[in-house]
Amino acid sequence: MATVETADTAVAEESGVRRRDFINIAAVSFAGAGAVATVFPLVNQMNPSADVLALSSIEVDISAIEAGQSIKTSWRKQPIFIRNLTADEISQANAVDTAGLRDPETLADRTTPGKENWLITLGVCTHLGCVPLGAAQGEIKGEFGGYFCPCHGSHYDTAARIRKGPAPTNLVVPEHEFLSDTVVKIG
Amino acid sequence: MSFPWAKEYTPTTDFGQWMDKQLPLPRFIYNSVGAGYPAPRNLNYMWNFGSLAGLFLVVQIVTGIILAMHYAANANIAFDSVEHIMRDVNSGWMIRYAHANGASFFFIAIYLHIGRGLFYGSYKAPREMLWLLGVVIYLLAMATAFMGYVLPWGQMSFWGAKVITGLFEAIPLVGKPIQELLLGGFAPDNAALNRFFSLHYLLPFVIAGVVIMHIWALHIPGSNNPTGVDVKGPQDTVPFHPYYTAKDGWTIGLALIFFTALMFFLPNALGHADNYIPANPLSTPAHIVPEWYFWPWYAILRAFTFDFLFIPAKLLGVLAMFSAILVWFFLPWLDKSPVRSGNFRPKFKIFFGILVIDVLILGYCGGAPAEEPFVMISQLAAAYYFAHFLIILPLLSRMEKPEPLPNSITESVTGKPLNTAS
Repeated sequence: MATVETADTAVAEESGVRRRDFINIAAVSFAGAGAVATVFPLVNQMNPSADVLALSSIEVDISAIEAGQSIKTSWRKQPIFIRNLTADEISQANAVDTAGLRDPETLADRTTPGKENWLITLGVCTHLGCVPLGAAQGEIKGEFGGYFCPCHGSHYDTAARIRKGPAPTNLVVPEHEFLSDTVVKIG
Repeated sequence: MSFPWAKEYTPTTDFGQWMDKQLPLPRFIYNSVGAGYPAPRNLNYMWNFGSLAGLFLVVQIVTGIILAMHYAANANIAFDSVEHIMRDVNSGWMIRYAHANGASFFFIAIYLHIGRGLFYGSYKAPREMLWLLGVVIYLLAMATAFMGYVLPWGQMSFWGAKVITGLFEAIPLVGKPIQELLLGGFAPDNAALNRFFSLHYLLPFVIAGVVIMHIWALHIPGSNNPTGVDVKGPQDTVPFHPYYTAKDGWTIGLALIFFTALMFFLPNALGHADNYIPANPLSTPAHIVPEWYFWPWYAILRAFTFDFLFIPAKLLGVLAMFSAILVWFFLPWLDKSPVRSGNFRPKFKIFFGILVIDVLILGYCGGAPAEEPFVMISQLAAAYYFAHFLIILPLLSRMEKPEPLPNSITESVTGKPLNTAS
C-alpha cells in the first residue's frame, strides 16, 4: 500500500491538498446532486395525480334550491354546503357586530356581490374536521341558526361564522364563481 | 472473520466509543465494507457485479414500494391502475419503467456474477455455502420476477401465469390439485393476482435477507480472485475501502448510465407489446414468450417433445427445466478439480466458452417460436448443457493437467517472487 500513496503524499506536502482530495470531493458532490435529483420524483409521486387534479373544480346547478333550503354536495372528496339564505337570515347575519367575533368577517365578505343569499362553504368543521349539522332538512342548526357540529359543539351562525365552541375559524368559503344565475362553479 | 492483519476499528470520538460499546454498528460496517475488510489486490472487473446486483435490488425495492402505492391488485382494475400510473401519477411512467427495466438489469448483473463464479471456481471449497446461497437468491429472484410480470394483468401476464402454473399440473397424481391450490381457482383470476401481489412484495425482502447471509458467508473465507490462489499475507490484499468502494462506485455510475439510457430512450425494448392488451381468458396471444432472462430455461422446457419410457413429455420438460438450475446446487461436488481459476485450466477454459455459447443459443431458441429448426437446436443445446455439468466437469477434473499456479497473488501481479515484492 505504501507504494500507492507515495506519489500523492509528495504533492500533499507542497500544497496541503492532494489531487485525490479534489477528485474525491467532486465525485461525491456529483453523486449527491444526482441522489437529490433522483429523490425528487420519488417523493413527488405522492402528490395528487392528474386524475385527482382533473376533478378539482365542479359545476353545480342551484336552480332548484328554494330560499331557506340548502344542499350538500361533494367537492375534492369533501362535503360542500350550498345554502339559499332567507331575507330574515341575511338581516340576522348583518345585524352582528363583527368586532365581537372570533373570526371577524361580514356576510358580504363571504358571498358574491349581488348574490348575498348564496352562502357556499365547506361542510368541514374548522375544529377537527367533522361534518356540521344544519344543511339537511330537520337537522339541528345550533344556537345561532346556522350550523352545529355535534363532535365538539361548535355553533355557526347564518353566515357560517363561528360563534360558540372550540372551532378556531369560520367555515371555509371555497373559491367559487357564478357562471349564470343558476350554475355555480366551485374551485 | 477476515484476516488477522485486518485493520482494527478504533472510534476516535466519545460518541463513537459510546456507540461502539452499546451497538457496534459502525464497527460492523467498517469490518464489512470499510477499511477493516482486506480484499485480494488483483480483483478484476468481473468482481463488480455483486455490488451491481445489490444496487438493482435496491432500485427494485424502492420503485416497487412506490408502485404499490398506486397499483390495485384486483383483476377488474389492475390493468387500468397500471395505466393510471403511466398517465396520471406524477413521474409514474418513469418509476414504472425503472421497475420494469430494473428487473432486466438485476438479471444482467446476476448472470455475469454467476458466470464469474463459474469461470473462476468461486463455488469451490471453502466457498460452497456462499455458492449455494447464491443459487437460492437466483431462484427467489426468478419467482419474484415471474410474479411481478403477472401484476399488470395484460395478455402476457395472464398467459404467463397460466403457462407457468400449468407446469405444476405435470406432476403425476397431485399436479392438478397443486395447480388449483396455487391459483386459488381453475385459471388465473382475482385470487391468483392478489396472492402474487402479496408474495411479490414479500420475496424481495426475503432475497435481501439471503443476500445478507451470502455476504456473511463471503466474508468468512474472503473473496476469491482471478488466480484462484489463496491469500497468503497482507501483501496480497488491499483494504476494501477506499480501493473497492471507489471501484464499485465507478461501475455503479456506469451501470446507472446504461440503465437510465434504456429506461428513458428504449423503455419497452425488453418488454412485449402484447402486455399492453388487457388480459383476456378467451384468447391466447399468437406467440407467448417469457421475459428474456427466462429464455434459456424456457427453451429447455420446450425441448422435450417426446415421451421417454413411461414419463410423458410434459413432465420431462418440467423436470429438465427445474433440474437445469438445481444442478448448480451440486456443482461444488461435480467439479472436483483442486484448481479454482479457469485461467490455469486450459481444457476447462474451452468447455466454459462452449457452455456460454450453448446457453446463449438456448436463450435465442427460448425467445423464438416453438417450431423447427429451433426445437431441434434446443434439444441439442439442452443435452449439451446437462452434459457439461454431469459428464464433462467430473471427467475434466480427473483428466485435465492444469498449468502451474503462481506462488501467490502478489507474485502473479508483480511478476516477481514474493521476497522481493514491496
